[in-house]
Amino acid sequence: MLKQKNYLALGAVVIVVVLLLSLPTRTTDRIKLAVGSWFLPLFGLASAGQQLPVDLADSALTRHELLKQVDNLRRENQQLRSQAVQSAAIARENDQLRALFNWQRQSPWKLKLANVVMRDPANWWRTVQIDLGSRDGLRENLPVITAAGLVGRVSSVSLTRSQIVLIGDPNCRVSATVENAARDMGVVLASGPLDTSLVQLTYLASSANLKPGQSVVTSGLGGVFPKGIPIGQIVYANSVEYGLYTEAQVKLNANLGSLEQVWVLFK
Amino acid sequence: MNPFQTILILSAAFLAVFGETVLSAPRVWLGAQIDLLPAIMVFAALNAGLPTIAALAIFGGLWLDTFSANPLGISILPLMLVGFPIYLRRDLILRDLPFAQFVLGAAASALVPALTLLMLLSGSTQPLLGWGTLWQWLVMTAGGAVATPFIFALMDACNGALGYKLRTEVSFRADREIRHGRVLK
Repeated sequence: MLKQKNYLALGAVVIVVVLLLSLPTRTTDRIKLAVGSWFLPLFGLASAGQQLPVDLADSALTRHELLKQVDNLRRENQQLRSQAVQSAAIARENDQLRALFNWQRQSPWKLKLANVVMRDPANWWRTVQIDLGSRDGLRENLPVITAAGLVGRVSSVSLTRSQIVLIGDPNCRVSATVENAARDMGVVLASGPLDTSLVQLTYLASSANLKPGQSVVTSGLGGVFPKGIPIGQIVYANSVEYGLYTEAQVKLNANLGSLEQVWVLFK
Repeated sequence: MNPFQTILILSAAFLAVFGETVLSAPRVWLGAQIDLLPAIMVFAALNAGLPTIAALAIFGGLWLDTFSANPLGISILPLMLVGFPIYLRRDLILRDLPFAQFVLGAAASALVPALTLLMLLSGSTQPLLGWGTLWQWLVMTAGGAVATPFIFALMDACNGALGYKLRTEVSFRADREIRHGRVLK
């Protein structure tokens, strides 16, 4: 009798698993959202705990130090303003030239800053979650960057949080161009599970002339990532499949191991 | 069944999953995140009833998959498949010995990710695998093994401090006491 009860419990768990795995993705996303909301108080506490040392350090700054920082920020602000004026002039000129040649006008990208709130607990995925969701206008497949370069894309969105699949995850493939004379093109894939700073640039032409240090940027193909976002730099390249095509290891510009804040690109 | 113990075990699993999502130090230093759920499952299988073990497998797996790119529910079965045999054979295990806890923790921490990966690979998903996965598996096994005796000590301390114990009968019985001397009328 006891044995039968044991196997009934095991059977009940198996049924729960089969039911959950057979649910459609939309439903499992909703369940994930509902279950994830149980953790919100803990995440609130964690972010408050992280902010506390920063606030304490800020309050301990001397007046002299604060004035110095204000002075530096004013100088930086002036530099950025002059750069913005130059950029606006270039954009106007670009618009005029596009109008002259009847080219389609590009709609500018907007940026939204997000905090990375958690990382994937499983070692076989490279995803993080950010504190922006559908109520902030996020939707799937928006590119995510840092000041250094490409980070990944939005893979799923809930009301207040979104999951970002990082470059180097099997579910994040990026069409890329090498900034050399031939503008060789390939696809960025995952490299290995240990080193988050390296990815593989593959399906390059067998004649590709790659050298260490050459920059790799997004090609704009595929419709997800806009053209020209820096990805990384070539570390080394080798011919594969008996010279059928070339592969290269690329060191990422963005440090994916210590992401704290990222920018989401909007059209 | 002691309901306090169930609450304690589920709370520990809740905190363990939360810790795995916000603490990136093991991943930075060792190259892999250590999963504490198998170690908690070993404790539950040796000390709690089957409903608690099933609840830990279901809720622990559900919480883990919520924050992961894993399909929802994929982590439940590996946890249960580790906890169930330990539960069936727990009378034969020297559960109070730290070495036994260490060995069981190592076995559970090695089996759970291996079974999860096996389930992922048998589906349509394609996880990030390579030679580095072997290192990550070793780190997870060693981390889980080291953590298990500490989890036992912590849970026993919490149980002792906050829980209650069933009243045990003493061997003394007043009606069986041998009375010496004369009975005075």
